Amino acid sequence: MKNELARRLGALVVATLLLALVPLATSDYALHIAIQILLWGFVYTAWSLMGKFGLVSLGHGAFLGIGAYASPLLWNYAGLTPWLGIPIGILAAMLLALIIGYPCFRLRVVGHYFALVTLALSQVALLTIVAARDITGGSLGMTPKAVGHSWYALQFPEKPYFYAIALAVWVFGILIWHFVDIGKGRAALDAIAEDEGAAAAIGVDVMREKLRVTLASAALTAFGGALLSQYFMYVNPDTLSGIGVSLQIVFAAIAGGMYSALGPTAGGLFTIALPEILRVTMGTNFVGAANTIYGALLVIFIIFMPRGVIGLIESRLAAAPARKISKEPAA
Amino acid sequence: MAADQNGQRSLGEGAMLTLCNISAGYGSFRALFDVSLEVGAGEAIGVVGPNGAGKSTLMRVISGMLRASSGELVFEGRPLTHVPAHRIVEAGIAHVPEHRRLFARLTVEENLRIGAFLPQARRHYVERSEWVYALFPRLLERRRQLAGTLSGGEQQMVAIGRALMSKPKLLLMDEPSAGLAPLVVDQVFDLVRRIREEGYTVLIVEQNLQQVLDVVDRAYLLEVGRIRLSGLSAELKKNPAIRKAYIGL
Ligand SMILES: Nc1ncnc2c1ncn2[C@@H]1O[C@H](COP(=O)(O)OP(=O)(O)OP(=O)(O)O)[C@@H](O)[C@H]1O
Ligand SMILES: [Mg+2]
Repeated sequence: MKNELARRLGALVVATLLLALVPLATSDYALHIAIQILLWGFVYTAWSLMGKFGLVSLGHGAFLGIGAYASPLLWNYAGLTPWLGIPIGILAAMLLALIIGYPCFRLRVVGHYFALVTLALSQVALLTIVAARDITGGSLGMTPKAVGHSWYALQFPEKPYFYAIALAVWVFGILIWHFVDIGKGRAALDAIAEDEGAAAAIGVDVMREKLRVTLASAALTAFGGALLSQYFMYVNPDTLSGIGVSLQIVFAAIAGGMYSALGPTAGGLFTIALPEILRVTMGTNFVGAANTIYGALLVIFIIFMPRGVIGLIESRLAAAPARKISKEPAA
Repeated sequence: MAADQNGQRSLGEGAMLTLCNISAGYGSFRALFDVSLEVGAGEAIGVVGPNGAGKSTLMRVISGMLRASSGELVFEGRPLTHVPAHRIVEAGIAHVPEHRRLFARLTVEENLRIGAFLPQARRHYVERSEWVYALFPRLLERRRQLAGTLSGGEQQMVAIGRALMSKPKLLLMDEPSAGLAPLVVDQVFDLVRRIREEGYTVLIVEQNLQQVLDVVDRAYLLEVGRIRLSGLSAELKKNPAIRKAYIGL
């Protein structure tokens, strides 16, 4: 357990140092893409905390939206710094997660039904944002009042600043992922995913474990949403909330591989690169193309590559030295 | 201590587990009607009865998986009637559920590890797992195998082993012999005997009346949610009504 932790931390430190050098060598455009990959990768990682234990949420668009809107709204209307606005948005997302999660878990809403309840949640969030157009700008979106380079307003026109923030936050997300993966809650969540009743019979507090991971996932997602809106200096309900975004999150985490630490980030590579490529090659003719492609690919991934791209690579690597019949033992 | 057979004690006194007028059901359907029973420390008690009698329901009420609609449940002098399942495990009751309900896609070892989920059990994980492997050497050979791929008998061993990992004082077993070949059924009952000898208190539900009465000290006969009869195993074995209806002699 200790060795495993050291090995994982070592790998992360090396990766971080390498990534920290990126701004020295690349253009603003490359940094722009890299920042998005890191921030979305962080959001996808947050989703996979739940997803890999069978808690498939289609409601993360709502958590993301709350995080994305809270700090610009508080900044524009109350002059509150994002240093407070972001935590408030995170708390609001956690509260919403609790309001949805508690009854779902109490009533044993699991599997497809859980996905459906959360799906409704993300649409309600979208409709609420649009309906409150007087303050949110409706479907046109809104812009936080710009003040130029400012730590207080968390606004940085220069890309390297945001790159550093995105990298730090992404590393934090990966750490949390590892923490959950080797922590003692892991066994409980695995057991719950397999058979909730049997887990409870063994002494697992099913409600507590599920709520914990759900609240953590919602909080991190809202955090990611807040940073995305700070970075873009623009929020729009379609890109940061609603069903489309929820699907994008699910797709990226599954395609990249939600059982691997870097899987969701690999998914980010894909969901950021794909629309970019479509935009460059087809212009604005196919605005909805990305979502259609996600949907089709998701089906293919679930059938042929359920552990995602990174999961596939890992199992190839693991299988090379010694073919194992049974599953690898837990560390 | 052995309980006296006429059950003349006041509630909870002396007995390890006492159920007093427990009723329970699912929605508007009532599956148990005023069930009372006692289990003394060190005893092995059987609950027998036909399909649908409410035996599994009774076990679920004791382990907190199902809430009793009325009545009292006392374990070691502590009322446990409205205590959630994980606290009941903490109190020292482990449940080997009907149909085993293993974590099929986890290995044998992972199943046992989850059995020792509670902090006090986790601290003794190594000793406990050694002890379980000593009890079931077969599981040691198979410890990296996925539980879902084990044979029925082996799965039953994992189910029992997993429950024992929490170092319970009272072990609830719901039809451990169900679905097993006669030879394996004999092994399961041998196991129950050995677990008894290790000093565990056991409450076991069985359809296999003949064999269970050889293992337990006393038994209760449950029919359509009510206790019809109870007594020492030796007496029940001689009871003509039981012989006729359940043993087929
Ligand atoms: N989850 C449930 N929802 C509704 N009714 C249930 C449920 N579980 C059991 N019942 C009903 O409660 C009654 C008692 O069921 P229970 O499982 O306790 O019987 P049993 O004595 O264990 O039977 P068996 O020997 O077949 O396992 C049955 O009539 C059954 O249909
Ligand atoms: Mg039953």
